[in-house]
Amino acid sequence: MTEPLLTFPKGGGHPPESKDLSSHLPVESLPLPAEVDILLNQHFGAPCEALVKKKAAVVEGDLIGEVKKGLGAAIHASVTGTVKAVGVSGHPINVTAPSITLKTDPEAEPKAYTPCDWTELPKEELLARIRNAGIVGIGGAGFPTHVKLSPPPEAGVDTLILNGAECEPYLTTDHRIMVEHPGDIIEGAKILLKILGLRDCHIGIEANKPDAIEAMRKTAAETSGNGHRISVDPLKVKYPQGSEKQLIQSITGRRVPGFGLPFDVGVIVQNVGTARAVYEAVVLQKPLYEKVITVSGRGIARPANLLVRIGTRLTDIVSYLGGTTPELSKVVMGGPMMGFAIPTLDVPVTKTTSGVLFLTKDEIDARPHGQCIRCGWCLEACPMGLSPNEIGIYVEAGRAEETSQFGVFECFECGCCAFVCPAKRPLVQFIRLAKRKAKK
Amino acid sequence: MTDTAPALWTVSVSPHVKSGESVEKIMWTVVGCLIPPLILSIFIFGFQTLIITLITVASCVATEAVGQKLLHRPVTIRDGSAVITGMLLAYVIPPGVPYWMPVLGAVMAIYVAKLLLGGIGFNFFNPALIGRAFLVATFPVAMTSGWLAPIRDGSVFNYMGSGVDAVTTATPLFVLKHYGIAGVIEKFGSLSSIYGSFFVGWRPGCIGETSALLILIGGIFLIYKRYITWHTPLSMIVSIAFLTWVFGGETLFTGNPLLAVLSGGVMLGAFFMATDYVTSPSQPAGKIIFGLCIGALTVLIRLKGGYPEGVCYAILLMNPLTPAFEQWFGPKRFAPQKGVSK
Repeated sequence: MTEPLLTFPKGGGHPPESKDLSSHLPVESLPLPAEVDILLNQHFGAPCEALVKKKAAVVEGDLIGEVKKGLGAAIHASVTGTVKAVGVSGHPINVTAPSITLKTDPEAEPKAYTPCDWTELPKEELLARIRNAGIVGIGGAGFPTHVKLSPPPEAGVDTLILNGAECEPYLTTDHRIMVEHPGDIIEGAKILLKILGLRDCHIGIEANKPDAIEAMRKTAAETSGNGHRISVDPLKVKYPQGSEKQLIQSITGRRVPGFGLPFDVGVIVQNVGTARAVYEAVVLQKPLYEKVITVSGRGIARPANLLVRIGTRLTDIVSYLGGTTPELSKVVMGGPMMGFAIPTLDVPVTKTTSGVLFLTKDEIDARPHGQCIRCGWCLEACPMGLSPNEIGIYVEAGRAEETSQFGVFECFECGCCAFVCPAKRPLVQFIRLAKRKAKK
Repeated sequence: MTDTAPALWTVSVSPHVKSGESVEKIMWTVVGCLIPPLILSIFIFGFQTLIITLITVASCVATEAVGQKLLHRPVTIRDGSAVITGMLLAYVIPPGVPYWMPVLGAVMAIYVAKLLLGGIGFNFFNPALIGRAFLVATFPVAMTSGWLAPIRDGSVFNYMGSGVDAVTTATPLFVLKHYGIAGVIEKFGSLSSIYGSFFVGWRPGCIGETSALLILIGGIFLIYKRYITWHTPLSMIVSIAFLTWVFGGETLFTGNPLLAVLSGGVMLGAFFMATDYVTSPSQPAGKIIFGLCIGALTVLIRLKGGYPEGVCYAILLMNPLTPAFEQWFGPKRFAPQKGVSK
């Protein structure tokens, strides 16, 4: 590819991509599980209140929980069946969390959706459909999308960016939907442009996905017009290219200020998967209750890209894929750079689950860490220009509260520092500790 | 569930993948880069250079092991850092010293200058140079007169058998300081032949510092591996060459920059000592200024100080300024502006 690749100037790195385990595999649908656990809080904000009682009958897509007050997003039944319990189930981080458990009716007919014409709908109706569908940023943070799409008018937003970078190793979720459903994403982009009153949309995709770049370009060209300018921008393969601040800098050259948000520099960023969910919410009026995830790593018998219902337990996914291998030594929800390790498979898929990785001892590095030798590699790797080495040393010395001078609150925990550290120091762990104790 | 879940998984904090680099890999690579000058030194000065180096390395490793035991710390001699300190210490002492002397230097370097300050990563002076400075201060005669003349014609093996005692001599820098450039030419030959033989390493000097060529090869390999960067070595060498050219002659702008760079410990210091991670800055701007300062101090000591050579003290004087350099030349923040929440 001879065209120039966009990138951000400072820091970053090249962890082994390991995407070839699953990047060529078409998305397959997981058979309906016997039960699903739908967590009441799958988003950034307050948890939902359950709207259903035990033994109630539900149909897939039914509203079963909503946030009455404050920031949040509604949740919907992902299967047709009955409410088995309104209680608690496993949670990837909090061990357990409030949830609604549904028992699937295997005889139920799958729900059918027919597309409608959205182009005449007013902006308020489009936003209402997105809110009613319970859409959150499904790339990771889970911020309610309808809130993100309502920036203050004085911000002067002029650019929409769709994030198709997928810079995390192993994950191929966004890659597959861009290859298989480019039309949905482009349509979603147009809906987003209409809501925001914008013309310009950039879709950033790392250059290691040439088939996705081609598919998205072709579709964007075929459906151009109506005053939209949708461009596909190939990005240099460099982690963390898909981080919001780095992506904005790569594509627009603008730098989001410290403690600032993208709209401070006139940009709104949405994941390509979220754009597709917006398409489904508006055009099909289908709530967000299923999503594509990557199941990969050398610790699973068969890697796959799976379309699963929200609430599907990892145990069901593992048994469908033929179980784990004996070498399995770490299970990660999300990508290997920023995901979190889980101690049990008894946890459900949520709206923000992008993948589940089954890593063997050869893939992880569990060597014990030593003292900092001050090689300075973490300073070079940090895309935010922070000093992870100093933060780590201060935390170890019991002086975590003094670490804001090194920018600890600007850290978004991409993990580049800990990846390159030759002493294998758990710098992200030190930084998380520092964030709890340091003074802003 | 029980079929698929092994008893214990690792649940450590992200990132879950790490680069293949390690402290051990870096250190042992540096050790590898230091071996060619050692082999050449045997051909230049005889087998005692190998013996002195082995004694120094063994003393350093033993001091580290015993010291860490005494201080109730984990023993980390496998990481190779004590081996490097041992090699560097041996390389900056004259080949004619008695064999017990480097043992004392090793104890000083590892136990006092490294372990007592907190171990790897916490020493604020280069341990090997502290070892040398201690020996120079304690045994000034041996440490400034144990120079051997290079063995000519590569006849090291004949020489070993001939029973002829090693000839003590003076280093080029000593001659330069006391007899000027004319004295150097009289003793070591015409300038053009000096450049060649000095570049390869055939000159009196410390054990591992004489061969600019082999040090350069090792240093460039470390730069290629990205274990060190070019900033400090280049700025230090340029600064020594430039300042010697300006101030090193009878009148201004008549000094001999090439001779200055090829003699003494400039090359070894620039590539293997001034680049030590712990005792030098980490950011490019800081590295360049650090190198320039070392060069300036080296020339100052050489021209105005009592010693003919100044690299060792120049680096030692700059080492403790590293934390200040880290503050003055810190990394550039992605977002230095005040944010919206302020």
